[in-house]
Amino acid sequence: MMQWETVIGLEVHVQLATRSKIFSGASTAFGAEPNTQACAVDLGLPGVLPVLNEAAVSMAVQFGLAVHAQIPEVSVFDRKNYFYPDLPKGYQTSQMYHPIVGPGEVEVSLEDGSTKPIRIHHAHLEEDAGKSLHEDFHGMTGIDLNRAGTPLLEIVSEPDMRNAKEAAAFLKAIHSIVTYLGISNGNMAEGSMRCDVNVSVRPQGQASLGTRAEVKNVNSFRFVERAIAFEVERQIELIEDGGKVIQETRLYDPERDETRSMRTKEEANDYRYFPCPDLLPVVLDQAYVEHLRGQLPELPAAKRERFERELGLSAYDAGVLSASRDMAEYFEEVKTVCGDAKQAANWVQGELSGALNRENLVITQSPVSARQLGELVSRVMDDTISGKAAKQVFQALWNGQGHSADDVIEAQGLKQVTDSGAIEAMIDQVIADSPAQVAQYCDAEPEKRGKMIGYFVGQVMKASRGTANPQQVNGLLKEKLDALL
Amino acid sequence: MHDKTVTQLAAALAGGELSSRELTYHYLQRIERLDGKLNSFITVTAEQALKAADAADQARAKGNAGLLTGVPLALKDIFCTEGVKTSCGSKMLDTFIAPYNATVVEKLNAAGTVSLGKTNMDEFAMGSSNESSFYGPVKNPWDLSAVPGGSSGGSAAAVAAGLVPAAMGTDTGGSIRQPAAFCGITGLKPTYGRVSRYGIIAYASSLDQAGPMARTAEDCAHLLNHIAGHDLRDSTSLARGVPDYLETLDAPLSGLKIGLPKEYFGDGLDADVAAAVREAVRVYESLGATVREVSLPHTHYAIPAYYVIAPAEASSNLARYDGVRFGHRCENPLDLTDLYKRSRDEGFGDEVKRRILIGTHTLSEGFFDAYYKKAQQVRRLIRQDFLDAFEEVDVLMGPASPSPAFDLGAKKDPVSMYLQDIYTISVNLAGIPGISVPAGFVGNRPVGLQILGTHFAEAQLLNVAHKFQQATDWHRQRPAFAKENA
Repeated sequence: MMQWETVIGLEVHVQLATRSKIFSGASTAFGAEPNTQACAVDLGLPGVLPVLNEAAVSMAVQFGLAVHAQIPEVSVFDRKNYFYPDLPKGYQTSQMYHPIVGPGEVEVSLEDGSTKPIRIHHAHLEEDAGKSLHEDFHGMTGIDLNRAGTPLLEIVSEPDMRNAKEAAAFLKAIHSIVTYLGISNGNMAEGSMRCDVNVSVRPQGQASLGTRAEVKNVNSFRFVERAIAFEVERQIELIEDGGKVIQETRLYDPERDETRSMRTKEEANDYRYFPCPDLLPVVLDQAYVEHLRGQLPELPAAKRERFERELGLSAYDAGVLSASRDMAEYFEEVKTVCGDAKQAANWVQGELSGALNRENLVITQSPVSARQLGELVSRVMDDTISGKAAKQVFQALWNGQGHSADDVIEAQGLKQVTDSGAIEAMIDQVIADSPAQVAQYCDAEPEKRGKMIGYFVGQVMKASRGTANPQQVNGLLKEKLDALL
Repeated sequence: MHDKTVTQLAAALAGGELSSRELTYHYLQRIERLDGKLNSFITVTAEQALKAADAADQARAKGNAGLLTGVPLALKDIFCTEGVKTSCGSKMLDTFIAPYNATVVEKLNAAGTVSLGKTNMDEFAMGSSNESSFYGPVKNPWDLSAVPGGSSGGSAAAVAAGLVPAAMGTDTGGSIRQPAAFCGITGLKPTYGRVSRYGIIAYASSLDQAGPMARTAEDCAHLLNHIAGHDLRDSTSLARGVPDYLETLDAPLSGLKIGLPKEYFGDGLDADVAAAVREAVRVYESLGATVREVSLPHTHYAIPAYYVIAPAEASSNLARYDGVRFGHRCENPLDLTDLYKRSRDEGFGDEVKRRILIGTHTLSEGFFDAYYKKAQQVRRLIRQDFLDAFEEVDVLMGPASPSPAFDLGAKKDPVSMYLQDIYTISVNLAGIPGISVPAGFVGNRPVGLQILGTHFAEAQLLNVAHKFQQATDWHRQRPAFAKENA
């Protein structure tokens, strides 16, 4: 049977987190009443003119610098002409021939801990369209132009991805970069990041690319994988059945988990691009670009490397903890407070992530702050509480019982008992209460006694309500039991 | 009263000889009595005008009057005016009430001027005769069987007939200068970027420019003082200081170097128009100017280049008229495509459709390089022609139009209409300023002398035009129409 290779390229639309729109002063806030955030310019009223928002330019350049791209001195806005009811001017202002960000590259982390460079073809600025609302209008369509004019950065990759996982990893890397830079909130559910996927297949070893299909409306990391999986299977089956893939635009339907044809190449619009005469070319001087370069934060790839190299984290931990800026900042604060990177990583990855996942929360919504968690970890490290008690403290903090780990430890009496006199008294009591077990212990083969001691440790811990230091209990028990032999 | 210039009216208002209310009322009366024959106004805003006049009089009483406070004027119906119908001469916008003021309108309001209403124009400023207006053609007050020129024909006719002392026009390929010439008034097209385009309904964005139309260059200077300048809402307006255009009006012309482009005096130019222009040049010589012939070698490519670039931009600018949000919408659309097709088919006139089709075609895949790109190359050559000429001479002079006003209905073939703009169109392509001043008559129809300067030479053009008007009285001639109905 023929071996097939999949070739994938992505176009990622990122809504930039500017306060006002790319060509008008109207607000970009999400979720307002329809058409309350569309001014004369957004409505495309006769006579209005666009004025470029400098914040959008700065954000695009920051992205370019973050992916090591060339930043051309001059970029030009073009008009992409087509009719659609939610496109008020009958054209979208975009950048066709001279984009603001030139070729660049992103390192993406794969699940096996390895990384792969994916080339960026270019990224360009454009305005978003409005939304067509098909429900509640009795067979008619409503138009909401609040989103019209929201700045988008369209990031176009080279066809460097070879499977769905790589594509999802690329999308995650872009998500991570734009949220690190703070140029987008990256909220995929609200459409702040949207993705079109170009997929083709070719026989393994063939140099030329197969005919591609462009799949639109792939708006989550999971859907990217599923849409690609469906599309690859469809194309391979088609070819193996003697058919041919046609160049077309397809729509991903997440409910049915399939892609459907929207329009073929023949039906495609002729967008009649030409330079927008209402906007001057954007000229970026070197000083401006260097100023932005100097202000770039530490980016995910650099952070991941530092976590591995300086903090000694595993590749996996470093990858997960650097994937989002919020996560990385949380982790770093825990680490700073408790002073131990590995302990901090264990707690953030373990107890905290588990709790967040259970309640479907993101790190910024965590009821336990990084400082609280850091202090909690410190208390484990300085033997104030046992690991078991620490979980209790964490749960209490999660539930909002107490302001700090110390509060909870104090209130619930979880402070670890290290006074050997107190522990010895408890041990003596347990030995006195368990004559049968003591007899068994003494009769047992010496090599089996190690296991049997667990019973006594459990009883002592129970008696101390978890506050006795387990190592200490273990040592003292062994001494006392062995003395009975 | 209606024979007076803006300058004279401003002085009379300042001297308390008349009030803005009297003046405004007088002009409104004239419009009501006479405009039925001219059709120069689409909308007369009598009520708002009288209110504005009262406000101007009050401001003056309080000592808050500027030079133009209380002076009536009119606006081409291409300027968006808040709360007032802004039709652009089209059925498409017959019901459109603009919710905001164009920057030019804002500035004129701030100057205290009183708008009497919105003047007729070729539909979407596409035309050279005012015959493409949805509201019917405008008549030339000098001869009611002649066109007033276009596209700012309503503004030109209204000023010439004494229905208003001055009006604002726009000029994309000659739409201020040619109607000014046909109607015997003075019209200035400023440098591209000198006056904000915000709120001016776009025809061809890289060529459109607003300017004043009045009796005299001095009046135009008054108005330009108020409308020129950088506007943050128009990225193509230039951040460059605005001089006081009145200050340099009287500068002597001795030593002025005038160039006569030989291409502007070739075939197709009416002999009487040529004679009038040459006579005007002799006046300049008598004022101390020297004259030489120059060449603008790419002149004959101007019309083809213009009719690629302007329709290309127009096809995109006019896409927003789709029946969805504002403007004409067809009855009972079957579906979205039907809504688009019928709304646009019913809302646009033939000339607009023609230019949308041309523009759509020239931007299409496979044609873009051959048409649009080539036209932009030509545009650069034309601009360079002018820059080269201005190395040698200070100003260029020639006719504003190859003939005086032609008869209504005379130009049936679009191309013969397009050829009307042969002397004006390259000026827009180059982005330089130009002014047309009255310089004689052919029969009873006025002839316009066009004076061109380099970028931002408005002060010089106004000075050169003003000195001519000090030496001649062509600009003081009034059509019989205005006199008989006085």
